[in-house]
Amino acid sequence: MNLPEPNARPLLEVRGLCKSFPGVRALRDVGLTLGCGEVLAVIGENGAGKSTLMKILAGVQEQDSGEILVNGETVRFPNVRAAEHAGIALIHQELNLADNLDIASNLFLGREPQRFGFVDRRRLYSDSLGLLAQVGLDCAPRTLVSALSPGRQQLVEIAKALGTNARVLIMDEPTSSLSRHETEQLYRVVKDLRSRGVSVVYISHRLGEVKELADRVLVLRDGANAGELQRGEITHDAMVRLMVGRDLGRHDRTARGHGTPVLEARGLRTAAHPRKPLDFSVCPGEIVGVAGLVGSGRTEMLQVLFGIDPTAGGEIRMNGRPVRIASPLDAIRAGMALVPEDRKQQGVILEMAVGQNTTLASLRRDARAGFLNRKREGEIAVQMTTQLRVKTPDLSQFVQFLSGGNQQKVALAKWLALEPRVLLLDEPTRGIDIGAKQEIYRLMEELAGRGVAILFVSSEMEEVLRMSDRTLVMHEGRITGELRRDELSEEAIMRLATAHTASAS
Amino acid sequence: MKKLLGIFGLFVFIFVFTALRSPNFLSAYNLQNLVGWTSLFGIISIGAAFVIITGGIDLSIGSTVGLVGSLLSWLLMHKGWSEPAALLAVLAVSLLIGLSHGLLITKMRLQPFVVTLCGLLLYRGLARFVTDDESQGFGSAHDGLRRIAIGKLDVVGGFAVPVSVFIMVGIAVAAAIFLNRTIWGRYLLALGRNETAARYSGINTDRMKITAYVICSLLGGVGGILFSLNLNSIQPSGLGEFYELYAIAAAVLGGCSLRGGEGTILGVIIGTAVMRVLYNAINILGIPTHLEFAIIGTVILAGVIADELVKRIATKRRAVRALSGEP
Repeated sequence: MNLPEPNARPLLEVRGLCKSFPGVRALRDVGLTLGCGEVLAVIGENGAGKSTLMKILAGVQEQDSGEILVNGETVRFPNVRAAEHAGIALIHQELNLADNLDIASNLFLGREPQRFGFVDRRRLYSDSLGLLAQVGLDCAPRTLVSALSPGRQQLVEIAKALGTNARVLIMDEPTSSLSRHETEQLYRVVKDLRSRGVSVVYISHRLGEVKELADRVLVLRDGANAGELQRGEITHDAMVRLMVGRDLGRHDRTARGHGTPVLEARGLRTAAHPRKPLDFSVCPGEIVGVAGLVGSGRTEMLQVLFGIDPTAGGEIRMNGRPVRIASPLDAIRAGMALVPEDRKQQGVILEMAVGQNTTLASLRRDARAGFLNRKREGEIAVQMTTQLRVKTPDLSQFVQFLSGGNQQKVALAKWLALEPRVLLLDEPTRGIDIGAKQEIYRLMEELAGRGVAILFVSSEMEEVLRMSDRTLVMHEGRITGELRRDELSEEAIMRLATAHTASAS
Repeated sequence: MKKLLGIFGLFVFIFVFTALRSPNFLSAYNLQNLVGWTSLFGIISIGAAFVIITGGIDLSIGSTVGLVGSLLSWLLMHKGWSEPAALLAVLAVSLLIGLSHGLLITKMRLQPFVVTLCGLLLYRGLARFVTDDESQGFGSAHDGLRRIAIGKLDVVGGFAVPVSVFIMVGIAVAAAIFLNRTIWGRYLLALGRNETAARYSGINTDRMKITAYVICSLLGGVGGILFSLNLNSIQPSGLGEFYELYAIAAAVLGGCSLRGGEGTILGVIIGTAVMRVLYNAINILGIPTHLEFAIIGTVILAGVIADELVKRIATKRRAVRALSGEP
């Protein structure tokens, strides 16, 4: 094993790190150590502070207080350059490559080999070959980055980091959009880097891959250290226990939902995957989860249902009757509501008051001849924010100053006033703290209890396992399987979510 | 309302400063002139504000004024149209202008700047072509109609108020009600802040944006009618030139953000008043008129900087309040 020697000074050490944002305390007194050639997995639920911690380590943000030590010396990272100089490089969750340039230009972006003030193109391309070999990528350096699959782009990012002589690589959800084959290649690269003494901080939701790769696991919960697991202690249950803070009870309850489907899709096709018809249904009071990798077409499916994107064919039925949905307004009139994936861009209007956000969807219903019913509007704002326990100083506060969880509650509150029969949720708890998360789960259960049909997309395994009565798994635009509660497991989902890739590659 | 205090203070400052320096400033004649012009510019500035609130821009307002003004006198004097027919025709033209802007921007997804820049050139060229680039006027045949632009109504106290003031106030009240008391006004403010989120909330954002461009061009048309009737001597190449910039500047001074989603009608009127008082002061105080643009530019810049600084302080306060509101 590559455990650090007991007396060796850690390569990287973090002590008492604190960071606050308006409305949120993202990190409280977080500590971390990392030895040479060690793979440290950092896990935690969404909103636990993983991303903030990584951004601070990579110089993207500065801590409010606390120390970072490299080789025992205190350092400050006011910017990314400073962190790179200290040998720390971040591989972003969203790839940060200029996809209009070729591989070599990306690898040396900002530090191109020069000759008489011009880019030395010959050296640029020959040096690139060496870096690409280190990550096992057999692509010509002149290939445009836009022509590469997400997995290969990821490898280019890693090669780029190695080019800066990075000794610590921080990988933020590196496999979230990779196929199984690409994931395995990434594993090989990580193990190879470790054997050459490069340290890796590996952030992931996928407990399976943490088990595979990590020498040690650091668990964050609610912005603080929740515990550490050594190599021998890394089990699925142990990780979940630390992440959630308690044992997850087996959910032996019977599946909810009964009767005739309220929402049905027949041969529904999205513009992103026009040749892959989708068939499914959701019953009143049923919570149906949609699992799958990022980019598997889950969001596109919800957007077609809600009239954001035009359909490429097929039929949507509400209560057995076909409905034509060409705009969100059509979907709302049919009894649907969508809480979209990107809260800040799609879910709420950040620079608008909490009250006005809450009533935006129901204004039309309550208006008379187009005139606002301001009394009713005020009542709804108070009623919904109270019901969902939105924490805000007052209703005129801009939503941007609320915490993520409270912003998400506002995005939900907007729809509950309309009493939808079908609630579509896209990553309903992304980036919110654990308390708000529990509240949203409770709310989902309560709504289902009142007969609302819920279809939710989630990339968080625990969430799917916990919440869904039935789970649809998608892969490359197709529904590859449907799991009842008694068939549901992380392994079953992953098998369906990466279904045909192994044979295709 | 707090936000308007700054711009109102600026208005009072320039007003009092000029009044103290020149006794002519407070003469009835000068004040009537001042409020009359403020009203005309106020009307087109309200139009500009609607478009700016959606996060867009209309650079063609001045050319629309020029085209409508030229067409109106040309239809009346050269074509012999009746007054109602000519008025309806030019309003229809301005409505079509706004509609085509809106359609090009929403359905064709062209940038507002580009679409209305082309409009600026197109309508100016049309105005000059239709009239053979000859100056137009109404002679004395339409003095009745011209009263809406140059007439005055006596109100209590013996002060005669130009009719155009009443027109402007009527339009401003209607605009303020639309913006603040109807769902469509709320939708405009919402989509100006975040068009995507507005669309996800079931708002037909395209239709609302088209509406804003139609309002803008229609008010440009109303302005064109009033400006031409007021002046009675219309150069197709010159009427309304640069007015879009005055209108945009007034809207911005009055608290509209070019990022969209922000603005009040009252603010726009005060912003217009500042511009007109400033212009008047330059003339009346004997400041070299060549400096006019430089002074107006400086004052607008100072106003916008002050507004931005105030906003930053307010944002910080809110953030602090939000943090302390957390448990």
